[in-house]
Amino acid sequence: MKETIGIPRALLYYYFYPAWRAFFESLGRTCRVSGKTTKSVIDSGIKVTVDEACLPVKAYHGHVMALSGECDNVFVPRLVSVERKAYICPKLMGLPDMVRHNCRDIRGIIDPCIDMSSNSWAYIKELYATGRLFTRNPLKIFAAQHKAKQAHYEFVRLLQAGLTPIDAMENDFRPSHNLVSGQDKSVRRPIIGVVGHPYIIYDSFLGMNILDKLNVMGAKTVTMEMLQPTTVQREAEKCGKKVFWTIGRRLLGAGYYFLRPGTVDGCLQVSAFACGPDSFISEFLQQESARSKRRVPFMTIVVDEHTGEAGIQTRLEAFMDIVERSMAR
Amino acid sequence: MKLTFAHLGDYHIAVKALFETLGVDVVLPPPPTKRTMSLGSLNSPEFACLPLKIGIGNYLEALEMGADTIVMVGGIGPCRLGLYCEVQRQILEGLGCDFKMIVLEPPQGRPDRLLRQVRDIIGAQRISRLFDALRLTWSKLTAIDRLNKITLCLRPFEKRKGDITRVYEASLRRIDEAASPKEVQAAAGNARDAMKSVCKTEGRIGKAEDPLAPRIGIVGEVFMVLEPFANCEIEKRLGEMGVIVDRSIYLSDWAVEHVIKDAFRIFRKSKLLNEMAKPYLCHFVGGHGVETIGSTVAYANEGLDGVIQVAPFTCMPEIIAQDILAKISRDLGIPAMTLVLDEHSSDTGVLTRLEAFVDMIAMSKCRRR
Ligand code: SF4
Ligand code: SF4
Repeated sequence: MKETIGIPRALLYYYFYPAWRAFFESLGRTCRVSGKTTKSVIDSGIKVTVDEACLPVKAYHGHVMALSGECDNVFVPRLVSVERKAYICPKLMGLPDMVRHNCRDIRGIIDPCIDMSSNSWAYIKELYATGRLFTRNPLKIFAAQHKAKQAHYEFVRLLQAGLTPIDAMENDFRPSHNLVSGQDKSVRRPIIGVVGHPYIIYDSFLGMNILDKLNVMGAKTVTMEMLQPTTVQREAEKCGKKVFWTIGRRLLGAGYYFLRPGTVDGCLQVSAFACGPDSFISEFLQQESARSKRRVPFMTIVVDEHTGEAGIQTRLEAFMDIVERSMAR
Repeated sequence: MKLTFAHLGDYHIAVKALFETLGVDVVLPPPPTKRTMSLGSLNSPEFACLPLKIGIGNYLEALEMGADTIVMVGGIGPCRLGLYCEVQRQILEGLGCDFKMIVLEPPQGRPDRLLRQVRDIIGAQRISRLFDALRLTWSKLTAIDRLNKITLCLRPFEKRKGDITRVYEASLRRIDEAASPKEVQAAAGNARDAMKSVCKTEGRIGKAEDPLAPRIGIVGEVFMVLEPFANCEIEKRLGEMGVIVDRSIYLSDWAVEHVIKDAFRIFRKSKLLNEMAKPYLCHFVGGHGVETIGSTVAYANEGLDGVIQVAPFTCMPEIIAQDILAKISRDLGIPAMTLVLDEHSSDTGVLTRLEAFVDMIAMSKCRRR
């Protein structure tokens, strides 16, 4: 029975899970999401991928393998592009091929190619082909598509209301971040803008719980998902050339916004070791920070499989010291 | 205006000819050295890919020599190359350099746009020389590529180690000095004869004279394959170990594919390689990823004895390719090795790995006979 569809809790799960779930459920299938990232998930991913791959891609492999015993089909979309003339990351374009060759005991994968860079017709065809795996009725596919879209819009609305993707998907819309009990309301809490791929900062293992750690230290965190898309878009245009990675551009826009004096008290970039797009985004932000007269404290933290919690904690504490000093000034 | 551009193998000769014929002053960056590398990597993001770092090194050295304008290619993604121009501009400006950067964006079906950009560089009155300039450039480009192919076939058979390289370099100088396509032809013709004369066997060029000589294909990222400084002179080293090398990328072929065909929108992709890559990688992944896979399959089908992939550290398309390469190697029985290189790679380290790989191939070749 091809009833359950496995969805790895990694990479763009943090963006599109509500839409994917709505799509498959309205076609009468159930989705099973892999468990949270753990050491053993990462280790199994590391075992099958080349050393040079970035941590999120390694983790993705681990999640796929965790699902392959439980589901007949794992959903590994080839996410080429989700908007015109922009891509996400070259690695996501080759992901199904990597998964197919690396995870040998996987039973089946569903790998539609999602590419909206040039025309939407190809995308519609691909969607239809995916729907056809489950039903022969085009109307049902259309309805599923519609449901997915609505679910996605609803999700985006929740994010802009200040929820993290985790709150919106898993915690029944209850905000878990930014709550610090027993704090004196009269003291202004520092606000930290965190710039990082959602699949890193919201994955408590990959991202080392950086958001929680900041909250515990008394800071409020803001991420790019919580900003108005128009703001992010406008800020990103400050770059001399259009950044053609969708997430990269948003991260850059959010970063530029956070580096504007008066928006937040500190800007923290979290990136994966050897991540291609991040290496450039980080340089753009550093240059911007170097150019600006009134500097917002800015720091980049790089995570990989060898990063230790203790090291991160020390660096965050040092960063918060700088932030507090600059607030006092 | 004093124009400069980054190095790419021996092709600066052709690019220089283009601009000089058009009457533009060119300041060539000095050939890349350790200093170039350290200047570049010191001032670039740590995880940027090597071509960007070496480019920064080239520019800094050229600016020191008085260059004031940089030309650079643009791009539309998905790979980082398309944003090199912006990152490099910001880095150099951040260092306080004074320069202008001209970015040549791919024509994408609008050759007139490229033409207009070129006109902006050289001025309208010189545009009439464009045809001659392009002819000369093209003849130099193809001559360089042809000579390189010959060196790869003949180097294993040279009488004294280093002869071929010496003749090749002397011929490059002659090609560089040539002022017309005719002179380029003549220089290339002489070079060919000179190279044959320093070889043990005066056989036909392009055929493996010694059936025991292993043949290895080089695939990977364009810059790394084309720039001997970046790939630790892999072609020369392999040749001197007695290996006939087949390089999968030549700029003249590449230019036909990506500039001319792209400008007029005819067969936009190297169809054949895509077909070959299909069972392993069925979607374009930016950079040269699919071509790396496709060429590897092609080499396996041609019966080569091994494939070496050269890739810069953190290169996204090549990481995908590297990941899949192991599978191809298993399926088609062609030994494959990946050299991931960055500013810390040492020549000796690379040499050791190459020797081990060649030994392994030579041994299995003997066994098979
Ligand atoms: S954007 Fe960076 S972290 Fe994400 S898949 Fe690409 S290289 Fe990896
Ligand atoms: S192909 Fe590789 S080396 Fe070239 S720009 Fe892309 S990531 Fe960098």
